Amino acid sequence: MKIAVCIKRVPDTEMRFAIAADGKSVDPAGLKFDISDFDGYAIEVALRLNEQQGPGEVVAVALGPDALQETLRKALSIGVDRGIHLKCDAVPFDGLSIAHALAAELRDAGYNLILFGRMATDTGNGTVGAMTATLLGLPLVTAISHLEIKDGRGTAHRELEGATETSTFPLPAVLTIDEGIARPRLPSLKGIMAAKKKPIDIRPAALGPVRLTVEALELPPERTGGRIVGEGPDAVPELVRLLQTEAKVL
Amino acid sequence: MANAFAFAELRGGAFRKVAFETVTAARMAADASGGGEVHAMVFGAPGTAAVAEQLGRFGADLVTVVEHPGLGRYAPEVFSATIAAALRGGSYRAALFPASAEGKDLAPRVAAALDLGLASDVTAFELNGDAVIARHPAYIGKAIATLRLTGQPALLSLRPGAIPAREAPRTARTTTAAPAVDPAAARVVVTGLAPRGAAKLDLGEAPVVVSGGRGLKAAENFKLIEELASAFGNAAVGATRAVTDDGWRDPSDQIGQTGRVVSPSLYVAVGISGAVQHLAGMRTSRVIVAINRDKDAPIFKLADYGIVGDLFEVVPRLTEEIRRVRREG
Repeated sequence: MKIAVCIKRVPDTEMRFAIAADGKSVDPAGLKFDISDFDGYAIEVALRLNEQQGPGEVVAVALGPDALQETLRKALSIGVDRGIHLKCDAVPFDGLSIAHALAAELRDAGYNLILFGRMATDTGNGTVGAMTATLLGLPLVTAISHLEIKDGRGTAHRELEGATETSTFPLPAVLTIDEGIARPRLPSLKGIMAAKKKPIDIRPAALGPVRLTVEALELPPERTGGRIVGEGPDAVPELVRLLQTEAKVL
Repeated sequence: MANAFAFAELRGGAFRKVAFETVTAARMAADASGGGEVHAMVFGAPGTAAVAEQLGRFGADLVTVVEHPGLGRYAPEVFSATIAAALRGGSYRAALFPASAEGKDLAPRVAAALDLGLASDVTAFELNGDAVIARHPAYIGKAIATLRLTGQPALLSLRPGAIPAREAPRTARTTTAAPAVDPAAARVVVTGLAPRGAAKLDLGEAPVVVSGGRGLKAAENFKLIEELASAFGNAAVGATRAVTDDGWRDPSDQIGQTGRVVSPSLYVAVGISGAVQHLAGMRTSRVIVAINRDKDAPIFKLADYGIVGDLFEVVPRLTEEIRRVRREG
């Protein structure tokens, strides 16, 4: 199958970070950037599908400035066949603006499947996959935890609150991938060497209008926590008293 | 004066708690627009109209019930087309969705169909002239973004629990409507809905969440967590990623960056050190209690109340105390 995986370059969220001087973004100094967590699962799903179902092509598609090349190259080193870099100075916060650029690239390009991670770990929006599918008029299942493809049709599971939902859909389709569906592989040395020769096409990103912007970005208020009630089981009655009389949660 | 729209989520014929929260938020938006009406929409199998009037309690003026034998389960293409048609036909100031599994699937479909901006997973919002200013956790909860959304209606999905349901009773008018597209023609079809752990309180809805981490040492020791949760009577059980990765608990119990994000009134972290990955899923809880052997564990910096000690001694005592308090009322 010809499969597109839309990925995003994001700061490693395990790292400590600071707000930039503009008060609207993260200070990039000293940050490591990588493929967004959920997108890594989407790549793995694409690679496995083609390994299991015969030859095909996996194409990584992403938006961003020049630094994105490093991220696309990493995807190629994991086993993706080629990359498409939709170039823009900065990736907007507005998911629909991004979706317009992706839809313009993916429309009528012959993909059997278009995969996304269920959300990017920087914006935390989780909207681009569904919006791209809608703009393309393709069937969509979001946040899937299990996938089977057979004879041009798919079956997917989604985890809802307290229940698992099963749905069926025809191909071509757009899917957004939850974690845990398949453990992502790491780049091999051979893969890293091979990636150097794989092509990355660069085109301008045809972004849509931006209606959602970041006015301010702040670190969350420090909780006034750090209050140790006591040590061992003897502290329990005092804890329960505080929960009743001070916190009023009992 | 402008009206506000709310998608009221139903499951198994009953409203989910987020439905009332969504209507409450729509009531806030309508009141801030000069006292407009709240129009709620609910989808379901024939007979759904019987529950519709419940939304009046939270401030809905009009409830449109889209009933069809094919709508007993979520039908994403039918729901989104019908909501898009309703929003196109009315002049709404805002349209509210829950940022639940269903709402997160539905809202971006509607936004793209109408070419409207969407602020997702919003924890607070206010109308500001032609714009909406919304708060939204970004970078897995390590930062809070203040967003500006332009265009009308402004589409927002609300983080469950962030805007509590508030009563604003009125008698809601109820009307029924046909879906905008034929459910039989949908390409994506939900064929099954299998409950996990029947009759358990959902993590996102429970007022109290008791979570366990590696400090429990073995899967069978989660019995202590289960017993504490049962003593509260209104608690759900969560776990860290380390625990679900090891198969001690079902992956759906995971709280954190890559699992569920919860904001209960009370969060009890037992044997959890407080990795960033976990904190991302619970840091907005109203009150946090931590029980851990290591007094330097990062969880104590976040917790409102901490007990340093052996959880195998502390938790049974806490279970006993909570039982006593509840018994004595």
